[in-house]
Amino acid sequence: MSTTAATRVAEPSGSIAKTRRDRTHIVRGRVAVLLKYVSLCVGCLTAMVPILVVFFTAFKTSAEFKSTEAFAPPRDWLNFANFGEFFAKAHVPAALFNTAFIMVISIAGTVLIGSTAAYALNRFEFKLKRLVVGLFLIATLVPVITQQVAVFPLVVSLNLYDTRWSMIVLSVGTDIVSLYIFMQFMQGIPKELDEAAALDGANHVTIFARIIFPLLKPAIATVVIIKGVFIYNDFYTPYLYMPSLSVMSTSLSRFRGPYGTRWELISAGVIVIIVPTLVLFLFLQRYIYNGFTSGSSK
Amino acid sequence: MTSTPASTAGSAGSAGSAGSAGSETIARTRTVAPGTRARGPQRRIVKRLTPYLFLLVPLVLLITFTYYPMVKMFWYSVTNWDGVSPVQKFIGPKNYIEIYTRPELFRVFLVSLYYVAGSFVQMALALYFATILSFSVRFKSLFKGILFFPYLINAVAIAMMFLFFLRPGGALDAILHVAHLGGLTQQWLGDRAVVNFSLAGVSVWRYMGLNFVLFLGAIQSIPAQIYEAAELDGASKWQQFRYLIAPGIRPIIGLSFILAIAGALSVFEIPFIMLNGANGSETFVIQTVRLAFQNQKFGLASASAVVLLLLVLLVTWVQRKLVPDEKVDLT
Repeated sequence: MSTTAATRVAEPSGSIAKTRRDRTHIVRGRVAVLLKYVSLCVGCLTAMVPILVVFFTAFKTSAEFKSTEAFAPPRDWLNFANFGEFFAKAHVPAALFNTAFIMVISIAGTVLIGSTAAYALNRFEFKLKRLVVGLFLIATLVPVITQQVAVFPLVVSLNLYDTRWSMIVLSVGTDIVSLYIFMQFMQGIPKELDEAAALDGANHVTIFARIIFPLLKPAIATVVIIKGVFIYNDFYTPYLYMPSLSVMSTSLSRFRGPYGTRWELISAGVIVIIVPTLVLFLFLQRYIYNGFTSGSSK
Repeated sequence: MTSTPASTAGSAGSAGSAGSAGSETIARTRTVAPGTRARGPQRRIVKRLTPYLFLLVPLVLLITFTYYPMVKMFWYSVTNWDGVSPVQKFIGPKNYIEIYTRPELFRVFLVSLYYVAGSFVQMALALYFATILSFSVRFKSLFKGILFFPYLINAVAIAMMFLFFLRPGGALDAILHVAHLGGLTQQWLGDRAVVNFSLAGVSVWRYMGLNFVLFLGAIQSIPAQIYEAAELDGASKWQQFRYLIAPGIRPIIGLSFILAIAGALSVFEIPFIMLNGANGSETFVIQTVRLAFQNQKFGLASASAVVLLLLVLLVTWVQRKLVPDEKVDLT
């Protein structure tokens, strides 16, 4: 696209020889443009086809699923029977409640704790600062899953095993990415604001609560999105720590054995889990991109 | 948060009223009032404690859920603990020797190589799509959204989706038949020689979008005037990539490499949910989780967790040595 645009701009000032060269440029440019769009379409198809196949299957009846091709559209787009069955058998309302409960408290806790810690580390000079920053930094490198070998006995001894609080405590307590996001953002808030408020007699709690925290809004949005997606998608924490309570992700994984051949039912479950993510993505696209680019480079 | 450290003397106006210059001078005279000086030492102590008060909860959580378990893990790794019994008998480096000498315990690392290879493919694809989408393209945000979306999907949903997609006679086989490539059909998940390729492929499908968006962000943070200048100077698209884009995103590529290798060492969710580690798809983390939570060998499992931790730290250290102190800033 931009090649043709550039040559078009160059044309008026060009000589005859130049226009001939431009013409071969245009031909080559058109082939390149074509290849570009073909490769983009292939990439997007690869990303979409597995989801589309599941989407089609979710609306098929058992008999229809067995007799039709995988990517034949369903006969009846309004056949919600599989969704109904999944809602009942996977106890979706209970799983949704658990997921929402855990998400709300964990996110609130993460925002509060991450922002206060970032305030302390960004606005104060103190003796053990380097040590504290180092502790947070090294913690990012620890592979979280194998840590569970030692975290598990701890959670059991805190009497949190098989409660929603196990997941809340773990997702608040082991979050470091959000601390970095807050610290990064806080660097951009001028210190003069704090100083002015201090001169007006505000103490540090007031400065934090009334001045810094409200200014952190974009960073808070980022943390809420990253943390929200992470908790919603987390599998091993609920799998290990709350075996008798379902959240969205474990509610589906339990279908693997007993309903292993009921693919139309499992497909409905996959769609049920994806839809909230898709809706969120469509509405908050820009924030999500920003969130993940700033979140994973820390 | 009820403690109010380092409060300055005088009645505090609300913090929001840092407005006119007049009120500021009044406030300034107030702070240097003699009353403050009298309470000096006390104030200094409170002031020195302030950052610690703000850090109290985060630090308690960090130590309880990261460092305390880590120390415990080192201790468990030299015991024969089963995870339940109150007795934790010290047995020295026996667990480490067992990991090192029993080939089936160490072989799971080879499985990681498939994922390392997959992550190279993933980064190449991500770089390609990021580059072409950084030039002007129609439906840019649509393409971007579709390529990125898989990254946001729940791991269980992805696992189920691909169990379905890759099953014998499933959608992939059907696509190959339509494309007259029916001869290529495999037991995608049933054949030990193929299964790890399939799973690494699923991993590429899942994570490519993140790499792509990271690269795209880095490319777009290069100022547009530079491209315009290059274009006026007659630089081709390839030259623009080679001399403008590639150096501009080198730090983020380095970072992605280390994330990819650390990620390949600790692959868990997809092979665990899809196959429970069966059929030669067991990874190091699956093995550790199985040793601890199914075979009650917490000692041995802790030893393997320590090995993984040291490996990841080593990889990070090597990367820091190779690419010293490059700042990655995308915001």
